[in-house]
Amino acid sequence: MNRLNVELAVGIFMIAGFLCFAYISIKLGDVKLFEEDTYTLQARFGSISGLKKGADIEIAGVKVGKVTDIALDGSQYEALVKLSLSSRYKLQQDSIASVRTAGVIGDKFISIAPGGSEEYLRAGDSIRDTESSVSLEELISKYIFEKE
Amino acid sequence: MMSGLKKRIETIGDLTLYHVEQFGRMGVFLAVCTYYFFKPPYKIYPIVRQIRFIGAGSIFVIGVTGAFTGMVLALQGYYTLTKFGSEDLLGSAVALSLIRELGPVLTALMVIGRAGSAICAEIGIMRTSEQIDALECMAINPYRYLMVPKFVAAIISLPLLVFIFDVVGIAGGYLVGVVLLGVNEGAYFQGMYDSVVWKDVELGLVKAFVFGLLIVWIAAAKGYYMHLERSPVFGAEGVSRITTNAVVLASVTILIWNYLIGAIML
Repeated sequence: MNRLNVELAVGIFMIAGFLCFAYISIKLGDVKLFEEDTYTLQARFGSISGLKKGADIEIAGVKVGKVTDIALDGSQYEALVKLSLSSRYKLQQDSIASVRTAGVIGDKFISIAPGGSEEYLRAGDSIRDTESSVSLEELISKYIFEKE
Repeated sequence: MMSGLKKRIETIGDLTLYHVEQFGRMGVFLAVCTYYFFKPPYKIYPIVRQIRFIGAGSIFVIGVTGAFTGMVLALQGYYTLTKFGSEDLLGSAVALSLIRELGPVLTALMVIGRAGSAICAEIGIMRTSEQIDALECMAINPYRYLMVPKFVAAIISLPLLVFIFDVVGIAGGYLVGVVLLGVNEGAYFQGMYDSVVWKDVELGLVKAFVFGLLIVWIAAAKGYYMHLERSPVFGAEGVSRITTNAVVLASVTILIWNYLIGAIML
């Protein structure tokens, strides 16, 4: 096989390989080529049982950010969650953050209900109103034992 | 009675020494190849030719294997998942098993069968017909001239082949899952995007690099040292025997390393 054909075949192979690599890493592997502008908010929860780092944050079901850090506030025994939100979305000061579950056994995520205040939260602020995660087991046991 | 026992113990010692020796030989072989890989001058064209043989030449077989693997994953996955009413997980099941395990392993096995055997036979024939000695006589370094292009080509080609395998497999899974069995198209792709993370892709990538190195290492070293085998046979029979050995050893090594890399990186 002459040299030109060899180079053509290898060229096609390399292009096809790198296209597949790009598809898998960018589309599936969530590699961000262009980092989106984000800002960070904090929120305190009584319980976030089941919430993991990297969980989605949604407003009205649309993904607007990610949970970047989870820590325990040692003095008040509350969960301290850092939320990274896209700069495109502004939140009112009286927004409510609640831990929800997708479906019955799905992943936990944070749902934010917008408020009516005219003041907006800035980077580093805390969301004051929060709802802890609902434990299905607790609800069921409550239901069972209240009947008796 | 005593002499029979002595003979048996001798055999054990002989076998042990032979295997230790072979292992050391292959280690030295890899070290020498690495040395010549870093030592200039670098020649590009021999590498391109090897990529054409190892990489571009394998596209067809990788494509067919990938497509049917993805299709059977979707078929069996659907059959199992539909019992729990969670067909929506089909996309993530197909993508995860392809990217993490089946892509790298099956690609490596196909490349062993196609290119590994050819490399081993080629170098074995060169050894048995004394072409390697001839190269040395002409002051051409056989490591630089024969081995380095093969190593570089395999390490470049394997990851690319693995990703082609993954993409074709996902497309095959789409064909069976969505087109034939009627899983929701959005659920197939969205489940895939949600569940696959960079760590999975990285695992596949590391596996591909390691497998590429292992394949050429075992195939080339086995052929190169075929005159030092335990009971050396030369000529056509020797080459066929050494090629069989190399293919079996490479396949088993790939499967062992697949587990080891999985265990280390998890």
